[in-house]
Amino acid sequence: MGAQKKRAAAAAAAARVSEDPDDLARQPLQAILLADSFTTKFRPITLERPKVLLPLVNVPMINYTLAWLEAAGVAEVFVFCCAHSKQVIDYLENSEWFSQPNFTVKTIESHNIISAGDALRLIYEQNVIHGDFVLISGDTVSNMSLTQALQEHKERKKKDNNAVMTMIIKKSKPSPITRQSRLGTDELFMAIDPNTKQLLYYEDKADHSKGTICLDKMLLAENPSISLHNDKQDCYIDICSPEVLSLFTDNFDYQHLRRHFVKGLLLDDIMGYKIFTHEIHSSYAARIDNYRSYDIVSKDIIQRWTYPYVPDVKFCGNRATKLERRGMYRALEIEQSRSAQVGSFTVIGYGTKIGSNSKISDSVIGEGCTIGSNVLIEGSYIWDNVIIEDGCELRHVIVCDGVIMKAGAVLKPGVVLSFKVVIGERFVVPAYSKVSLLQQPTVHDSDEELEYADNSSGTVEFSCTADQSNGEMTSESSEAHKPKLGTGGVGYIWSICEGGQEEEWRHSVAPIPEDKLTELSEAMDDDQELVTQDRTALSTSGELISDSNASEGDDNEDSKDDSVYFEKEVEATFLRAVEENVKVDHVILEVNSLRLSYNMTSADCAGAVFYSMMKLAIKTPHSSAIGLLTLYPSPFSMVASNAYPIYLSGELQQNTANIITTWQKLLKSYLLEIDEEIEIILKFEEMCLESAKEFSPLFARILHILYDKDILQEDAILRWADEKEGADESDKVFVRQSEKFIQWLREASEEED
Amino acid sequence: MPDTQVLVNDFLNKLKKRKIEGSQATARQTAELLRSVISQQRVPYTNQAGALIDAVKAVGEQLIAANPVELAVGNIVRRVLHIIREEDLSLTTAAIGGLNLSAVSDDENDDDRDGDSTLSAAAVAAAARSTLRPPSLQTLLEDTPVSAAVPQTSSSGGDSEGKTADKSSRSRKLKHDVIEAVNELIQDIVTCHEQIAEQAVEHIHQNEVILTLGSSRTVLEFLFAAKEKKRSFRVFVAEGAPRYQGHLLAKELVARGLQTTLITDSAVFAMISRVNMVIVGAHAVMANGGVIAPVGMNLVALAAQKHAVPFVVLAGSHKLCPLYPHNPEVLLNELRSPSELLDFGEFSDCMDFGSGSGSPLLHVVNPAFDYVPPKLVSLFITDTGGHNPSYMYRLIADYYSADDLVVQRRATAGN
Repeated sequence: MGAQKKRAAAAAAAARVSEDPDDLARQPLQAILLADSFTTKFRPITLERPKVLLPLVNVPMINYTLAWLEAAGVAEVFVFCCAHSKQVIDYLENSEWFSQPNFTVKTIESHNIISAGDALRLIYEQNVIHGDFVLISGDTVSNMSLTQALQEHKERKKKDNNAVMTMIIKKSKPSPITRQSRLGTDELFMAIDPNTKQLLYYEDKADHSKGTICLDKMLLAENPSISLHNDKQDCYIDICSPEVLSLFTDNFDYQHLRRHFVKGLLLDDIMGYKIFTHEIHSSYAARIDNYRSYDIVSKDIIQRWTYPYVPDVKFCGNRATKLERRGMYRALEIEQSRSAQVGSFTVIGYGTKIGSNSKISDSVIGEGCTIGSNVLIEGSYIWDNVIIEDGCELRHVIVCDGVIMKAGAVLKPGVVLSFKVVIGERFVVPAYSKVSLLQQPTVHDSDEELEYADNSSGTVEFSCTADQSNGEMTSESSEAHKPKLGTGGVGYIWSICEGGQEEEWRHSVAPIPEDKLTELSEAMDDDQELVTQDRTALSTSGELISDSNASEGDDNEDSKDDSVYFEKEVEATFLRAVEENVKVDHVILEVNSLRLSYNMTSADCAGAVFYSMMKLAIKTPHSSAIGLLTLYPSPFSMVASNAYPIYLSGELQQNTANIITTWQKLLKSYLLEIDEEIEIILKFEEMCLESAKEFSPLFARILHILYDKDILQEDAILRWADEKEGADESDKVFVRQSEKFIQWLREASEEED
Repeated sequence: MPDTQVLVNDFLNKLKKRKIEGSQATARQTAELLRSVISQQRVPYTNQAGALIDAVKAVGEQLIAANPVELAVGNIVRRVLHIIREEDLSLTTAAIGGLNLSAVSDDENDDDRDGDSTLSAAAVAAAARSTLRPPSLQTLLEDTPVSAAVPQTSSSGGDSEGKTADKSSRSRKLKHDVIEAVNELIQDIVTCHEQIAEQAVEHIHQNEVILTLGSSRTVLEFLFAAKEKKRSFRVFVAEGAPRYQGHLLAKELVARGLQTTLITDSAVFAMISRVNMVIVGAHAVMANGGVIAPVGMNLVALAAQKHAVPFVVLAGSHKLCPLYPHNPEVLLNELRSPSELLDFGEFSDCMDFGSGSGSPLLHVVNPAFDYVPPKLVSLFITDTGGHNPSYMYRLIADYYSADDLVVQRRATAGN
């Protein structure tokens, strides 16, 4: 007995010794699964059923996530339920997940949580997470292997205690069109250290209209090399250390995982926490964020990218389904008329009946559906127990459980029919409309719906504004909703406001309409043109990003970077000064300190200050004054040849004049020599050519204003004109434009002589 | 029972999620699982064999449904069922021989009717033979050893004890025998490589050129066994896209000192004229002599036929499947992830569903298996020796009982 004890003790001691290397690996891996996305993108469906239980290729979404977690070696999963928590818990209790060996699923329920941040804070309080954990939301489909990512994470953690998180990313083609059409999300920009894989910058809401992203110059200063990517896709699978939870608790304002937490950590250099990335290549991972990604991920599953999580593999107690040629998945006991045509990449659920001459392609049909004859179904998702009578047409729609479509009804692309809606005979539901038995919630409802307002998606806002602006319309529809869905129809068509319509096509299951596609591709082409024109290519998207190592490298580029950053900084300082009414002297001080830190000449300062002033002039909202043109009558007549709207240029001119008047002291303090004045003119010329074309028709007049305000001396202008004398024709556009003014100056000086 | 249920669920899970690869591993694990099912199964006094068969069938049905493509599971389930029947039969004949009083027919069709039957031993044996054993060459030859078991049973079972005592001892005996036999089966599966490899020298001759595709442990052992016996020959390895298992095989062969040439699958036809013999592994061998093998095998077989090169398939007996292939390219195939062929990120713009008509123009199909029809196969080498494709059904009749075929067929058709 004693000997045994001794042996046990020795074994324990040995275990303790070997703890450090082995224990980490042996510790069971935990995972937090958020069974709520805290957004409203799947409304109106999510009003009745939680998103994670929505069927994805006839299997509730959460099963894909759980099956993956189980396969990836996670031992314990905490499912955090919030909206419709009862349904989620009931479902899980009846599923096989609770009876798996070596895989425990526990639910955590809360009703007053409105964001992922709150959820993680609650989990922290419960003190159930003891080691590294996988943070995932219940709408993620993946088949990647975690082993390597986990290993990397642990090794990094051992070396650097601040490496708290590893984010899984995946390559996708760097084109805004693909991103839009594949996932319905905006472009994502990431800056990653190519050697350590540390994530340095994360921006999923880049300003597309300007085509610029801003990087902190410290990033470039601190890291020997940075690669900027726009060809990466965030899989929303994170391997976190327990510190992450406490970080959420410390920063109680963190709500959104990416927007607040990731960006917060990246900006916060006090604590020095670091986020790393792990890129997966051959395996699949994607998150279902909106109807478009629902469509895309469904099709990826049917095309078997998610193998082994495909319909014909029974990974979670789904019905036996057979895969036939051309990607047709058919469950058992299907009644199909001989004349019905079922096309490729179609899934048909158990016990569904299909009538004669019906055509089905690229669609998913659930269990127990009845489809009449001469029905056309294309690219649609039809859930369980739906009845579609003869002659209906469905193209790219989602039809939830228990819907009845009377004979001859037509659903236009992008329609979503929520549970148990009835569409009347021969009724045509307009494109992108959402129909539900429940009325569209008003502003106040959306608060109690436990769904966290997604700041930038604008979904909540637009539905609210929709209600406010279309107040009458909604009441109208509630009175007369029955005729609205045809005879015998039951349900409300949710109103879409004008602003919403714009967004609808982005996030629906329907393919992007042709015109929108061309619009998108044109936008992209514009970007590229901009890049090719713009010598300061760093400030635009595209070029820099696609060439991932652009910012690495020679001094030449560095100095260019510096000047660009200097310009940015000056602009920011100046704008702040304008906004906060900072005294001119203080601004001069600040700009001087910037100048010293960037080691710039005063000519650079003058150029930068002038640049920011002109930028401000463009940005200042144009007042409605019209006849301003006469306010600054020029002694030389208009030379501008292009048909620019005159009143607009008048306003711009006036704005410019105002700004120059207000800030002339600032500008003057840098104009010590004639060289600086020439620098200003050159800068202005450059702006007119490239970044601020609005000024080009006004060049001569603004030059005159500058002269009037004693900012530019005539010597400078004349010398500039002389310098340009020998230049190319193309360079002389502005000299030409101001020819008269220059002539006038020359004459004046001669007179003086 | 709960213990086995956990084991069964665990195994089912692995099968469903495609975590077990290779038919040998699957076969061994299936056999081990069934062994524990049998040992945990409580046997009633009457109709023990029936109870065991039911238990094994219940588990087997689930296992087969979990991964219908992995035929080794079904094969082993049927083998175990066959073993139970065989052992039961031998015990019955032994009991009849020993007691010569009352005949017990543990035939599955008609229930236990001990006592009331006054059939003679010979009649029972004949009946049993007709129902349980199809008249195969091997069973006819083996008939003598079965009756030779008589003295052994009578000595252990006791001669004229009470009926119940005899029964219980018999049931223990049956279970024990079955487990012994399953152990033997597991042993067979584990050692099938060696048994096949033993025959290597008979087939591989000096200075020959052997072509193989992909990687198979049986092939590796076979080639290595010939090398051991001082045969010098060269091996061409077709890489076996898209999984490129051939690369691994080439590595192993080189590590063992064999002259190896690695070629692409598409180069098979160009090289086949220099090849003396094609030796490949298989995923499963069907009852008609057709082969389910890694994708690309049909191409190799056709090339071999064109140049009259012998196409030899090595298959352990656990790969023999008593089913006839029907539409094997589809029904006995597994379509794997397209990511094995190409990188998703690189092709994500071709997978664009959001534009155009909503269905992408690019489809990627990645089947795991090929079906090689029997006429292309020259020879099968199993652990019992070399056989013609046309002899496969006889071999299968030795390993499986016809009843189980029907049952399994109902099971597979019913799910």
